[in-house]
Amino acid sequence: MNFDLSDEQRLLVDTVSSFVKKQSPVSRHRALRDDPVGWSREVWQQMAELGWLGLMVPEEAGGLGGSFADVALILEQLGTALAPEPILPALIASAPLLRLGTAAQKEAFLAPFIEGRTSLALAYAETQSRHDVTDVTTRAAPGAGGYTLDGTKRWVLNGHAADTIVVSARTSGGARDREGVSLFVLDRATPGLAVQSVKTMDGHHAAMLSLQGVTVAEDRLLGPEGGAAAALEEAMDIGAAAACAEGAGIATTVLAMTTGYLKTRDQFGVKIGSFQALQHRAVDMFIETELCKSTAILAMLKVASPDETERKRAISAAKVQLAVGGKYVTQQAIQLHGGIGVTDEHDVGLYFKRMVVLNALFGDEEHHVARFAGLPTFAAGLDTPAT
Amino acid sequence: MDLSFSPEHLAFREEVRQFLRTALPPQLREKAAVDGHFEMDEVMEWHRILYKKGWVAPHWPASHGGPALDVASRFLLTEELELAGTPALSPFGLVMVGPLLIQYGNEAQQKRFLPRILAGDEIWCQGYSEPNAGSDLASLKTRADDDGNGNFVVTGQKTWTTYAQHADWIFCLVRTDPSAKKQAGISFLLIDMKTPGVTVKPFLTTGGTPAFCETFFDGAVVPKEHLVGPLHGGWTVAKALLGHERTAIATVGQSSRAIRRAKRIAAATVKDGRPLLDDATFRAKIARLEIKLESLRMANYRAIAGAQLGHAPGPESSFLKIRGSEILQQTSELMMELMGMNALTWFNEPGTVPAIEQWMATSFNYQRATTIYGGSNEIQRNIIAKLVLGLG
Repeated sequence: MNFDLSDEQRLLVDTVSSFVKKQSPVSRHRALRDDPVGWSREVWQQMAELGWLGLMVPEEAGGLGGSFADVALILEQLGTALAPEPILPALIASAPLLRLGTAAQKEAFLAPFIEGRTSLALAYAETQSRHDVTDVTTRAAPGAGGYTLDGTKRWVLNGHAADTIVVSARTSGGARDREGVSLFVLDRATPGLAVQSVKTMDGHHAAMLSLQGVTVAEDRLLGPEGGAAAALEEAMDIGAAAACAEGAGIATTVLAMTTGYLKTRDQFGVKIGSFQALQHRAVDMFIETELCKSTAILAMLKVASPDETERKRAISAAKVQLAVGGKYVTQQAIQLHGGIGVTDEHDVGLYFKRMVVLNALFGDEEHHVARFAGLPTFAAGLDTPAT
Repeated sequence: MDLSFSPEHLAFREEVRQFLRTALPPQLREKAAVDGHFEMDEVMEWHRILYKKGWVAPHWPASHGGPALDVASRFLLTEELELAGTPALSPFGLVMVGPLLIQYGNEAQQKRFLPRILAGDEIWCQGYSEPNAGSDLASLKTRADDDGNGNFVVTGQKTWTTYAQHADWIFCLVRTDPSAKKQAGISFLLIDMKTPGVTVKPFLTTGGTPAFCETFFDGAVVPKEHLVGPLHGGWTVAKALLGHERTAIATVGQSSRAIRRAKRIAAATVKDGRPLLDDATFRAKIARLEIKLESLRMANYRAIAGAQLGHAPGPESSFLKIRGSEILQQTSELMMELMGMNALTWFNEPGTVPAIEQWMATSFNYQRATTIYGGSNEIQRNIIAKLVLGLG
């Protein structure tokens, strides 16, 4: 057992951390909130040159072949300053491409991304679907040499800017059937695809997609027709693990921000950090932060586990810890800052809002508690004698 | 980064499991199966079995009879012992005064006391708290006056001297310099419980067991050779325990066992014709607690891995104790809720209720102590606030 970083990983963390300090303090994200894209293509290009995008893709598919842990370390650091570039959307969109795509598909859609020339999005959510990726009503009807897609998708992360959008659609079966869910890779400019950019509370943008008679060629289908459910579920777990990594960065930052405030703010003639009620609250924030950091590691190390139950158990535990602990830390950070914490002018609210979004994505608290409790491991071994 | 234990560590864990399959004598095994309360003679019986095996003091150095296990093996050993529900050993000799003697005792003291602690030939208790010195321990008043003949004369009262009625020795913090300010005038003294002037008065815990005691010192004469560390330097000696490895304080093994037991209870308890384990509300309650434990387990692993690499465990380990004790209490509370009225029995004759019900209420009540003993969780929070977060 060893949680120390390798030399390469330590170097990576240093690079990202120094990038954040010098080029992407939280003021950059604050400024970009009013930008129609919300992130910078120049910075995206720079991230590609630094190799951060390539780390998501194995060498045989033209990438740098990093582990998920490498990407998670990047996300944790970027989370400390809320750097808005769409790495998380790229992670969940590239996951099914890597798992189901042919060599030609990987080359066509991932090579430009690794070079920073394109960004990606995964369109999986629908009005009724909540956290169930198999609850798909968008239809894809097979026709001569391809498919015709009709339906709507909601809250597509980075959908407003993505050049390549992976879309789930039903090729057979009824709503919520596991079988019959397929994935298609669409170019942004595909006729019949309408992209409506929407703002989200964390200062990011997403898209609502409308697909009306969108025709795609057969080579746009990922993997076997109707067999994408497992890859989508895996993408959600990758997203959850990424959220945990980013969330750990957020928790660490707002804890430091809050203890810093407690040490400088004077009231009643003393620093407010001398009050035990506030000290103990800060300690509880520290505890939840340590637990979020710990489960983010659990998630990053288990997300690629070949044992599906082990993967789901770890991811669900980590996502619940983020939901409970991340919420606590960011809420109490605002509370301990007092009135200034509720102003738009103060950064603490930006972190709070991002945490709310991370907790709503890829399965919320209730979803993951229920999933954890439904795994075969939950009730295993209870029939053996008590000792 | 690597989350798995090495093959050597896994082999060691298997060795521990193998040992545990047969090591518990039948009457202890029977009690362990229902998480019963172990009497001191049963605890010491198990102590001697572990002593023979060489595992009674996993964290002692080999030079003093420890098994020379590394951090991860020590953790695994403790976890397996807890998972199997074996009697918790009395910590006062093995975990507290023993390691302090190794660090601060002179050779004579080490020779005199350490082998007997290991072998279980002498039982220890702790004399820190007083009726008016609890969390504010440094305000203690028990005096040890120099009689000019090579002795201290000890007068005062200690409380929460857990299981003092069984103890052969007590280690005490006593005031040797009444004129010095608080911490500065305190010394660390070992006192033979048979010394004239020492009397013990046990009293019941809310769990109905006579674990607590008051110990009175009425002019007890204690040879100066039983002073540990420098005169007036007792506070430093006692505080050193905080800096010792505390990777086991999260009690994840004990909580894992408790959660497994909660599930067993839920599987065996029927509501509306269905096991409670199939009830979505109860299932989610158990799952939330198990997830809390999994988070703590990962934090504990990080502490172990750090210690394994030689990073000193700092005061941040206190949070393992805070969260670990909370989880243990909450699991106990959940078991009470799951069992409903079947949990309410209170020391009835064996056989009156099923064995699985016999110890539930007493153990649940005693669990209230976990967030208090070893420095209350509020004191632990003070420590983290000051030493980790720099608030003050």
